[in-house]
Amino acid sequence: MLYGMDIQAMHIANGIVSGPVSAVFAAFAALALAVCVWRARADLDDRLAPMAGLVAAFIFAVQMLNFQVLPGVSGHLLGGTLAVVLVGPWVGALCVSTVLIIQCLLFADGGLTALGLNITNMAIIGTAAGYLLVAGLLRVLPKTPSGLGATALIASVIGVVAASQGFVFEYWLGGTTQLSLPWVAGTMAGTHVLIGIGEGLIAATTVATVARVRPDLVYALRRFRKPPPPVAADAAAPATVSGGNA
Amino acid sequence: MTRRLGWFLAGGLLVALLLAGVVSNFASSSPDGLDATAREGCTFDAQGQITGGSCMLQREQGHQLAESPLANYGIRGIDNPWLSTGLSGVLGVLVTFAIGGGVFWLVRRRTPEKV
Repeated sequence: MLYGMDIQAMHIANGIVSGPVSAVFAAFAALALAVCVWRARADLDDRLAPMAGLVAAFIFAVQMLNFQVLPGVSGHLLGGTLAVVLVGPWVGALCVSTVLIIQCLLFADGGLTALGLNITNMAIIGTAAGYLLVAGLLRVLPKTPSGLGATALIASVIGVVAASQGFVFEYWLGGTTQLSLPWVAGTMAGTHVLIGIGEGLIAATTVATVARVRPDLVYALRRFRKPPPPVAADAAAPATVSGGNA
Repeated sequence: MTRRLGWFLAGGLLVALLLAGVVSNFASSSPDGLDATAREGCTFDAQGQITGGSCMLQREQGHQLAESPLANYGIRGIDNPWLSTGLSGVLGVLVTFAIGGGVFWLVRRRTPEKV
C-alpha cells in the first residue's frame, strides 16, 4: 500500500442512490436533526457544550485514519457510539452530523445529494443503535473505565453494522444499479463487522482514557445511572414533586 | 468554563491535531468498506478508471464541490502529499471544533446561576 497518498472518498457519493430517494432521506435527516437539537438543549450546559465541540473535532480526526481490515479493504471510525458515551445520544448525533456536513462541504467527501443518506446512516442509525446498546449494557457492566471500554467496544460493532445496513435499505429503495440485494447486504455486513471491531477498539481506548482522567466529563457515567429507587409511599401520597432542583 | 476543563479541552484538541495532522499520513489508502463494495464487480486501470464489469460505482456522479480547495483531504497548490494531507487534517479539526463548539455553545441551556 502507498502511504502519504490522498485519502479516498469515504462516504456515499452522488448517483449511487437515486435523487428522489436521496431527497426523502434528506428530509428525514433534517427532521431527525431538528428533534436532536430540541432534545440536546436539555443536556447542553456550560461543560457539555465545549466537550461536544471536542468530540466532533476528535471524530473528524479519527475518521481520517483508515485502517486495513482485509486485503484491499480499509475502514474508519464512524463515531456514533463514542459520541453517545461521552456526550449522550442527542448531542452525539449532532456531533457526527457536524463532521459529515463539514466533510461534505469543505472536503468534497460524501455527495451533497447523498448528505441525507450519510447523516441517516452514520449520525442517526449508528448513534441510535450505539445508544441502545450502551444504555442496556451499562445496566449490567460495571461503571468503571474498563466496563465502559467493554461497553463501547460491543456497542460500536453493532452500531457500525446497523449503519451499514442503513445503506443497504437505501440501496434497496433507490439503488441506481441492479446488484443482488442479499449480496450487497452480506458484503456490507461482513466488512463492517471488521470495521466495527476496529472502531470499537478506538472508542474503547478513548472512553476508558477519559473515564480515568475526567470521569465527571463522561455523559454515560453521569446520566446512565440507575434511576433512584422509586419511593412507593411518596407515589401514593398526593404530594407535589419533591426533590426537584432549580 | 473552568480552568481544569480548559486544560482537558486543550489536551484533547492536541491529540486530535496530531492524529489528523501526522498519523493521517499513515492511514490505509485502500477503499473503505462502502467504497470497496461499490467497486466490487468492476475492473480498474492504473488511474482508477473503470475498464469493465458492472458495479455501483458506474453510476457515481461527481461531487458538486469537487473544486473545493480542500477536496479529498488535501490542499490545492501544495504538492507534497504529506504536507497537503496533514495541513488539511489540521484545518478540518480546527474548523470542526470552532463550528461544532460554537453552535453547541450558542444553543446550550443557560443555567440561572453559575456553578
